[in-house]
Amino acid sequence: MPPLFDLREVSFDYDGVPALRSLSLEISPGERIALLGANGSGKSTLLRLLDGLYPPTQGTISFDGSPLTPEKLASDGFAFAFRRRVALVFQNPDVQLFNPTVFDEVAFAPLQMQWPKDEVMSRVAAALELMRISHLRDRPPYRLSGGEKKRVALASVIVLDPDVLLLDEPTATLDPRSQSELIDLIQQWKGSTKTVISATHQLEIVDDIADRVIVLEAGSVAAQGTPAEILANQELLLRANLVHAHRHSHDGVTHSHPHIHSHAQHRH
Amino acid sequence: MSARGFLESTTMGFARALTRAMLSEQTARQRGLLQSLDPRVRVVGLFALVLAVTLSRKITVVAALFAVAIVLALLSRVQLTTLIKRVWLVVLGFTGVIALPAIFVTPGSPVAQLGPAMITEQGLRTATLLILRVETAVTFTTLLILCTPWAHVLKALRALHLPKEAITMLAMTYRYVFLLVETATQMFDSRRSRTVGRLPPAEQRRMAGRTAGVLLSKSMATSEEVYMAMQSRGFRGEVEVLSDFHMTMWDYAGLVLFLLVAAVAVGVGR
Repeated sequence: MPPLFDLREVSFDYDGVPALRSLSLEISPGERIALLGANGSGKSTLLRLLDGLYPPTQGTISFDGSPLTPEKLASDGFAFAFRRRVALVFQNPDVQLFNPTVFDEVAFAPLQMQWPKDEVMSRVAAALELMRISHLRDRPPYRLSGGEKKRVALASVIVLDPDVLLLDEPTATLDPRSQSELIDLIQQWKGSTKTVISATHQLEIVDDIADRVIVLEAGSVAAQGTPAEILANQELLLRANLVHAHRHSHDGVTHSHPHIHSHAQHRH
Repeated sequence: MSARGFLESTTMGFARALTRAMLSEQTARQRGLLQSLDPRVRVVGLFALVLAVTLSRKITVVAALFAVAIVLALLSRVQLTTLIKRVWLVVLGFTGVIALPAIFVTPGSPVAQLGPAMITEQGLRTATLLILRVETAVTFTTLLILCTPWAHVLKALRALHLPKEAITMLAMTYRYVFLLVETATQMFDSRRSRTVGRLPPAEQRRMAGRTAGVLLSKSMATSEEVYMAMQSRGFRGEVEVLSDFHMTMWDYAGLVLFLLVAAVAVGVGR
């Protein structure tokens, strides 16, 4: 199967400060991927490149066989098709919720796609129902809690039923119950045609949301493999600042060892 | 200067104003006369009444329109104490200062002597008309804001074919001013939690300058992110919007009544 995203030697820098370095990657349709890395490892930048928001400084990115370039995205035909198929949920929901009400927020994307009014109304209702936020329909987003904002942000992209979901720290700011519900939602897409790429540094959710893990370190791919393989590689996780030394005492003797929590593996 | 400093007090004032704005949405969701009408009718109808107030030259007509405003407020469950505190006293203070000289400088029949200055009948009429006009116009505008959620005001303006870009800018400014005020308040709180005693004025000014700089750079970063979030969801330079308002017979009746009152007021008051 040809890759959905094909990244070749991609580099990106913010005004001369490198964020991604010579990164090559292939992502197939239907994959569930976790981008794992410490703060500043390039996860969010990579998601924005995949969403066509930044062009790479060097290298090429192609989506479904077409080069993803500013020139291509300048054409209405390609841009509408791409935006319809690929959606990004930002880490900070406040930047994503810019409309006066929750309804307007969720209706924003379908309206930009110029869908018929009836379809917009029914899709919005379904997305609100799916995220269990129908009761917030007429509320202004600034009056919502952190968890509610995240749900609205998710509903605002799920409404398009995109083929690719790019999630930047999807469980950040969520309480444990909302986290669990979101993980359940991502798990529902397992085996479907939906490609879900989640950037996170929370090892404990990786096994639930991904079949492949890509570890980023200083803007490069440090390793990739199944969640079990990556989570078993203590040396890699320590080097990538994903685990920390846990100090404690036994019978008055203090010692330290790497410390991670995972639903699949719970080790001390 | 107050203990908190000018900039901090101003920000706190903004925060209080925004809290009031949030509370006013509660009035907008109550069951009342204005709330029962389509937001477009409210916008057009109250705008027509404001226009009638500004075009009327007779005190009796403007006073009648003021009475209409009071009746509308009562039927829309708006507390008169709210209007007294937030509109009438404030407007009286500001407009009174402007209108005061008119009492003395307008030529006409003298009614009283105040030291060397003469109060004229025409002067009193001019000042009363000016104050009454501003009070009435601001009351109608306040009723619109109090009885209509901000989102519906924006939608109504869109439905009335005001430029979409202007409405979107207005909506986003209102949306993000909350975020910026919240950020500023947190910055001040954070600073206060690490400050003992009172800082010298020069240091306070430096601190205020630095805070303003940080806020500006934060707002710039936020605006870039918001633009990307819009692009990511298909924004191509022109905002598409949806109007889901439905006019009923009640709304049409309300609109006709508003326009009729405004037309009669203009006709009689000119």
